[in-house]
Amino acid sequence: MTPPLLEARNLRKVYTKRSGFFSRPDENVALDNFSFTIGGDDPVFIAIAGESGSGKTTLAQMLLGFTRPTSGEVLYRGQNIHHLNADSQKQFRQEVQAVFQDPFAVYNPFYRIDHILHTPIRKFNLASSRKEAENMILEALATVGLRPEDTLGRYPHQLSGGQRQRITVARTLLLRPRLVIADEPVSMVDASLRATILESMYKVHQDYGISFLYITHDLTTAYQVSDSIVILYRGIVAEAGDIEAVIKNPQHPYTQELVNSIPMPSLGQNWIASDDSMGTEAVDNVMHQVSKGCKYATRCPHVMERCRQNQPPLYQVGQGQVAACYLYDETPALTGDNLTDTLHRRPDFRQ
Amino acid sequence: MIGNIFYHLRTNLRLTAGLVMFSLIVLFMLLGPMMVDVRQARPLSTFPSQPPGPDYPFGTDDQGRNLFAAAVVGVPMTLRVGLIAGAVGVGVGTILGFLSGYLGGRVDTLIRGTVDTLLTVPGLVVLISIASIIREAISVEIMALVVALLAWMWPTRTIRAQVLSMREQPYVQMAKLNGVGTWEIIWRELMPNLLPYLAVSFVGSVSAAILASIGLEAIGLGPQNEPTVGMTIYWSIQFNSLIRGLWWWWGVPIFFIVFLFVSLFLISAGLDQIANPRLRRVA
Amino acid sequence: MTKPVLELQDLRVYFNTRRGIVKAADGINLQLYPGERFGLVGESGSGKTTTALAILRMIKPPGRIVGGRVILDNDIDLLSLTDEQMRQVRLKRIAMIPQGAMNSLNPVLRIKEQMILTMRTHGAEGSNGHMLKRVEGLLASVGLQPNVANLYPHELSGGMKQRVCIAMAISMRPQVILADEPTSALDVVVQRRIMQTLRTLQEQLGAAVILVGHDMGLMAQFVDRLGVMYGGKLVEVGTVEEIFTDPKHPYTQLLISSIPSLHRKRNFQTIPGMPLSLHEPPSGCLFHPRCPQAMAHCSQIVPREIEVTPGRKVLCLLYDEELTPAAQREVVDDTAAS
Repeated sequence: MTPPLLEARNLRKVYTKRSGFFSRPDENVALDNFSFTIGGDDPVFIAIAGESGSGKTTLAQMLLGFTRPTSGEVLYRGQNIHHLNADSQKQFRQEVQAVFQDPFAVYNPFYRIDHILHTPIRKFNLASSRKEAENMILEALATVGLRPEDTLGRYPHQLSGGQRQRITVARTLLLRPRLVIADEPVSMVDASLRATILESMYKVHQDYGISFLYITHDLTTAYQVSDSIVILYRGIVAEAGDIEAVIKNPQHPYTQELVNSIPMPSLGQNWIASDDSMGTEAVDNVMHQVSKGCKYATRCPHVMERCRQNQPPLYQVGQGQVAACYLYDETPALTGDNLTDTLHRRPDFRQ
Repeated sequence: MIGNIFYHLRTNLRLTAGLVMFSLIVLFMLLGPMMVDVRQARPLSTFPSQPPGPDYPFGTDDQGRNLFAAAVVGVPMTLRVGLIAGAVGVGVGTILGFLSGYLGGRVDTLIRGTVDTLLTVPGLVVLISIASIIREAISVEIMALVVALLAWMWPTRTIRAQVLSMREQPYVQMAKLNGVGTWEIIWRELMPNLLPYLAVSFVGSVSAAILASIGLEAIGLGPQNEPTVGMTIYWSIQFNSLIRGLWWWWGVPIFFIVFLFVSLFLISAGLDQIANPRLRRVA
Repeated sequence: MTKPVLELQDLRVYFNTRRGIVKAADGINLQLYPGERFGLVGESGSGKTTTALAILRMIKPPGRIVGGRVILDNDIDLLSLTDEQMRQVRLKRIAMIPQGAMNSLNPVLRIKEQMILTMRTHGAEGSNGHMLKRVEGLLASVGLQPNVANLYPHELSGGMKQRVCIAMAISMRPQVILADEPTSALDVVVQRRIMQTLRTLQEQLGAAVILVGHDMGLMAQFVDRLGVMYGGKLVEVGTVEEIFTDPKHPYTQLLISSIPSLHRKRNFQTIPGMPLSLHEPPSGCLFHPRCPQAMAHCSQIVPREIEVTPGRKVLCLLYDEELTPAAQREVVDDTAAS
């Protein structure tokens, strides 16, 4: 039984800020007690959704090893990623890859875009000859719908944001990883070009069996490509599960607020007029830290006294859906690492 | 990138003007020995105190030096001091700046602490002290090294600052994802983007070094037997050329100083223009 | 028949670039009625922000307004005013919330200082005490506590900063508010609150709003009428209902079917073809190379504005019942000039 590809175990990240020499430091819990596993055998497409301050980017940075957790660990095939020897490190990088948010800044402006494609081939010895490397690159570009004559040999500023981002997706394909962590891959790209990038990611997933962790604040694009979703709020998992269930039938009050806040490109939604809010101040005041109880308590229309005392655990609110809310304390609470099971359930129907 | 050079020369007026001026000086240095006998740069080689005329285009000084020959011999020396000191300064500064900026931690604290402390020491006082101690044995090369002692600190700081900001760039993270190791990141990813800054830093260092050496020489702490620009000024002061109306004695070296500095400044400003837009470019 | 509070007639804004002239906005005709909400939607480079800036004469070189009229209140052509007169119009009669406004708050001024300074620059008078009262009132109207006046911008969240910008925009009770992507950097929950606030204020003031953006969902929920821009031209105008249920221009049709929504999974449809290059625009209709319904003469004739029903306009030869000599002459003029 091989150990799973990537495992997050009780990950916690706290940022402390000293506002003055004599005052007590300000603690910001970016992510709290997050655990889940990506097996690596069955390809999955999981969205991690949350707004700014939810901890999603912190999670991505920790999973990739660019930030160290305050407590808890990230395990690659059973070993802590910060304690890997050189060989295992190389393997880790080959099996777990990433696509980043800024389609311009990931390119070294000194080099042509070919640099970002040839470097991994060279460093990971993926090709035995120049010709073979070129063929790999052509195949990867074709998968994402780019023509070599439009892209190779150019400098990053000569291409559009959409093209640049698709090239980074093609790059991940070269390495044939098991998992690609995509951190807001379309948020800095023009709206009209987003669909092609999402499509290229989905194609890579379908044709090559590569798992994706799609990190975003945009529920709509998450819905477009993902099978399951984790909703983060201020560092904790508010709701998770099969994406159809979570989006169409949200159980956690925060998810409900999120879904209701999305302006639909159709008529009949009561978006602008209805006032089911707790007031603007609660929404705006994210600076305010909550030390105990449910993080959503200050904004929740269903808040109860016990919500202010303890953080609710994840309850099994439906088949393949969990929510961290005391409204559902009738249902069984999640134990162990069943979050992973919830996320890995394949839906019975596929569009 | 090479193709860019012509574009820059066409549009970057300051750079082009500076380069043109500098090449005039180089031309002067190359053609000069063919136009005059360089031995006339030594004292007692011609009639003293002659104003500029057809025989002596820059005139002669009180001690019989042909000032044209003196310039032909002395200007390259002054430049050499600047170039050596500037190169040492930027070279050392680059290495220390990179180590300090990229590695961080204790290495950074040590280097930064040393640099910041040394920067508070008044440089001119140090130079004067050192120069007056080795007074007799001073040559052009030793002059350069003395000035270089103080030339490495500012480059270390500025390069460290650049490296600090570049280190956080997404393309560095991308390089790590591509399996690139630390040294290769420094050499192949960061260094090429640093070249414009290094160029500007180098030109700045050269200017500062030339100025420091001329300053030392003008108060008599330079190589006594060489007709460098600074020493010429020193002698012209010693022999009261101002009062005696021998305007060409102090006029010629000052003209060269101004011309040289304006050219270096223009080159530096032009390079700065190239260096900045590259980083200001938006997606 | 109500007169428009703002009317753009044949507005043209051209940019002189190294590679030639770019027609960022080319012949925009638009009527904005008092109190209405109008959306200007398009991809980046479509000319929507240029149009908004041109209304306030805030176009910077190498761009310049080369033609047309901007008529305020059926009365004044803004393009004919002096700089001083135009300054009186800005903020007092037409206010703008520019893109990234919250990042352009002066970081070294307290909010109240910033707001008072802005108001005084545009003609507000009164003692400091009086102005402070006004500031507090404005902050309250956008849902902010009076203590915000004493804070610095970095002490506020993104949503709060944007509310401050809205407060400044309405401070002189303008007749028209131009909002350029006011919520693009904000979370979706905050966005909703901000847009609700904007709507409430706008209705209270009786001001008209032009919302510039690319989020069709936001447009559908906020504006009454919509103008679709492509390549510097206004290719379709109509009510939100009309445009979403019966889009006429092929570009609008493709645009609507490509909007990602929670109704359909894996909708990867886009607008086919290469994005438009304004440096080398196609002949005839700018959209014809990508248009699935292009006809032979679409590459030769520049489409003129057709009013299909009152207020419902399309810039497309498909709806041009008769290709009049005037339209054909435009072709000759264009080819002769190029």
